[in-house]
Amino acid sequence: MNEYVIDVSITPREGLLDPQGKVVLNALRSLDFDEVADVKVGRLIRLRILAPNMEVARERADEMCRRLLANPVTEEYELELENIS
Amino acid sequence: MRVAIVTFPGSNCDHDCYRAATEVLHADAKLIWHRERDLGNPDLVILPGGFSYGDYLRPGAIARFSPIMEEVVRYAKAGRPVLGICNGFHILCEAGLLPGALVRNRTLKFLGLDVFVRVENAGTMFTSAYTEGQVLRLPIAHGEGNYVADAATLEALEAEGRVVFRYVDANGEATDEANLNGSMRNIAGIINERGNVLGLMPHPERAVSALLGSTDGRGIFESILAAIQGTPLGAAIAG
Repeated sequence: MNEYVIDVSITPREGLLDPQGKVVLNALRSLDFDEVADVKVGRLIRLRILAPNMEVARERADEMCRRLLANPVTEEYELELENIS
Repeated sequence: MRVAIVTFPGSNCDHDCYRAATEVLHADAKLIWHRERDLGNPDLVILPGGFSYGDYLRPGAIARFSPIMEEVVRYAKAGRPVLGICNGFHILCEAGLLPGALVRNRTLKFLGLDVFVRVENAGTMFTSAYTEGQVLRLPIAHGEGNYVADAATLEALEAEGRVVFRYVDANGEATDEANLNGSMRNIAGIINERGNVLGLMPHPERAVSALLGSTDGRGIFESILAAIQGTPLGAAIAG
């Protein structure tokens, strides 16, 4: 078994209003960060899991996202895996 | 009539629902802890409002895996009536019993005030005591009540008369200003295809007596009672 750290980045689905992102964008603009074109606020979930290989680790994390961690109606997610064994 | 009200850790409207059930419906109501696995064959299940599991992850996301939810899903799939209010609406969406989801209010503010909603479909078992187009004044209390769904779902909801309540102004117009949380198409409440599962963000259980400032929420409970008892509206309701 190997140990993996998996970062699950969850962001609002493209095309959906992201009121938090909009507020942060406005705040950055008011601080004169005029180069900021867009902001999305999501969340990061960091998992540590044991798996025989990276493929299985990714599959399991993907299933966790589909069943619980992300809501497919409103959110998109990306997985980043690192073997820390 | 027997009513089961599920209490999740963080539910805070379960007792309001209990009062509405006992005092408006004169029902035999029971609070059921979410760890239980038996609903006790009620005539109605209510998933109350509140902040189940502190709204961690997403409102309703954890609660929908509570042990009792297996029973609630089975009950709903058998065509028995389930009413989800506020956080209970979230739980129904997360459990897949209702389509779509509810995200952060567009203002980012928690909204705790009375709003107007229009009855869009008075032909459901939850709304037969109202007339179509009737405007109700009901309290809302939520930070995440902004209803979203994909275009196909919205079209289906509209076409099938499954948008049951819509946010409107005092004149009954579904304006953008009246849509405080930013819900798609001003949607405040929807029903499933079969017509036995209703979810709504406003709190009818907080509007069942003049003492609470409005009695406009009584109709939901009266409608359910009439549907369950098969009696003419009002016949079995005192006061």
